Amino acid sequence: MKSENRKPKTENQKECQVKCQFCSNPATVHLTDIVDMHKKEMHLCQSCAEQHQLVKKQELNLPAILQNLIGQHLGPQTDELARLTCPACGIKYMEFRAQGRLGCPHDYEVFRGGLAPLLQRIHRSDRHRGKTPQRSVLPSDQMAELVELRRRLQSAIDREAYEEAARLRDLLRRKGCHG
Amino acid sequence: MNLDSLTHTSGEWLRGSGPESDIVISSRIRLARNLAAFPFTNRASSGQKAEIEALLRERIAKIDLEPKLSYVNVPTLSSLDRQFLVERQLISRELAAADGPRGVALVPQETVSLMVNEEDHLRLQVMRSGFTLDEAWQEIDRVDDLLEQRVTYAFSEEFGYLTACPTNVGTGMRASVMLHLPALEHTKQIEKVFRALQKINLAVRGLYGEGSRASGHFYQISNQVTLGKSETNILNEIHSVIPQIITYERQARTSWLRDNRQGLQDKISRAYGTLCSATMMTSEETMELLSSVRLGINLHLIEDITIPTVNELFIHTQPAHLQKIVGTSLDGEERNTQRARYLRTRLREAGASPN
Repeated sequence: MKSENRKPKTENQKECQVKCQFCSNPATVHLTDIVDMHKKEMHLCQSCAEQHQLVKKQELNLPAILQNLIGQHLGPQTDELARLTCPACGIKYMEFRAQGRLGCPHDYEVFRGGLAPLLQRIHRSDRHRGKTPQRSVLPSDQMAELVELRRRLQSAIDREAYEEAARLRDLLRRKGCHG
Repeated sequence: MNLDSLTHTSGEWLRGSGPESDIVISSRIRLARNLAAFPFTNRASSGQKAEIEALLRERIAKIDLEPKLSYVNVPTLSSLDRQFLVERQLISRELAAADGPRGVALVPQETVSLMVNEEDHLRLQVMRSGFTLDEAWQEIDRVDDLLEQRVTYAFSEEFGYLTACPTNVGTGMRASVMLHLPALEHTKQIEKVFRALQKINLAVRGLYGEGSRASGHFYQISNQVTLGKSETNILNEIHSVIPQIITYERQARTSWLRDNRQGLQDKISRAYGTLCSATMMTSEETMELLSSVRLGINLHLIEDITIPTVNELFIHTQPAHLQKIVGTSLDGEERNTQRARYLRTRLREAGASPN
């Protein structure tokens, strides 16, 4: 039986001098295939790797790096964090980890425990000291409520539950649409 | 807005004027903002994206800004036109490549652009020629205030402006200065400068931002930290280091002239000569050669061509611009031929032969 283990490594590693197998540009993507206990290595530059569809473009961008960063700072709370889901937008903490993008403004509250060390690491701070909007701002639970209502509305539309959708739309309108 | 009207100009950031414009090409600030009552763009359904887009388009149309903003509906643009806006730095590569309802509002001078449904619901950008971060901040702060009167931003006292990516939270501000540093690169001191910048948390990127190469010896220096410091503090940090880099670059230029004037003159004349007579030219080579010519003009080693002309050539020889100027779509090889032809024609118009 064949077992395949393919790991694209896309971070800046000790790749400086290795050249791409297809062109002679510096190789930045290194693949190791292990098939039937035989190891096969490939070294490619970014554009050849993309051309040969060995890596997806996004994998090299910020999300990947961020994901790494997030991973490094998870610590002992992982289990607890891993179970978290935002009640407003429905994103799971693990999805945020995988994508490097949050789902809605309320996630800053819901994932606070995971975000705090991350913010420290990126910004060396966890508190805003800049501009503040002149208009009063919505508290997080209100943002959450509106995002959640919108999610229920969308799901009602998807299910073609039009009466429910109309009721939710009305509710959103009464809450002040907050554009 | 008719994008074709922009084709023959070079846009604000390449005007080639403003403080320190021999080294500082442009100053740019962007702010990331989101609506409080919606999921972030990546989590929004296509119906919600349409709602966000319609709402922001309507509110943007109402803000009292002079000159007036024109709204461009990005999905209706051809991929060539999207690329064209990316080359002019009016939209990001992400917005060009994204799916679903999205757009950009622009002023005709191209100093202000407001992207809708990028990674964040709203990305405001102000760009100016030369070292003009303060003016750029005053302008973007005002546009932000005008928008804030009409939309409810996602904001918390604790974390500031809430963004889809935690790297932008807080001020949501990225301020960057684009520098032309051919002499520091020649003397290989550039790495030292970058290492010093990284230590104080400033990022260095190529011409077209994240992940792009520093072609033509152009570098963008920007803040990395967005949380825990005020906008003014962040701008002051950038403000305090740019003059030093400018001084280093000027010193490196002076010693290059002093130590090897003949060699430098030759390099610049050859670059100019190649641009005037080659019949095939890649975008990469064009950037490299125009960079030398730009240096030559600033050092008064070339007199018969001006900085605004060189700046215009930088942008007009980019793939999408070239295709719009020529009026047909071109593959790589054809582009190289047309690029060389365009350069020959423009440089002949601009001046005589090299010194």
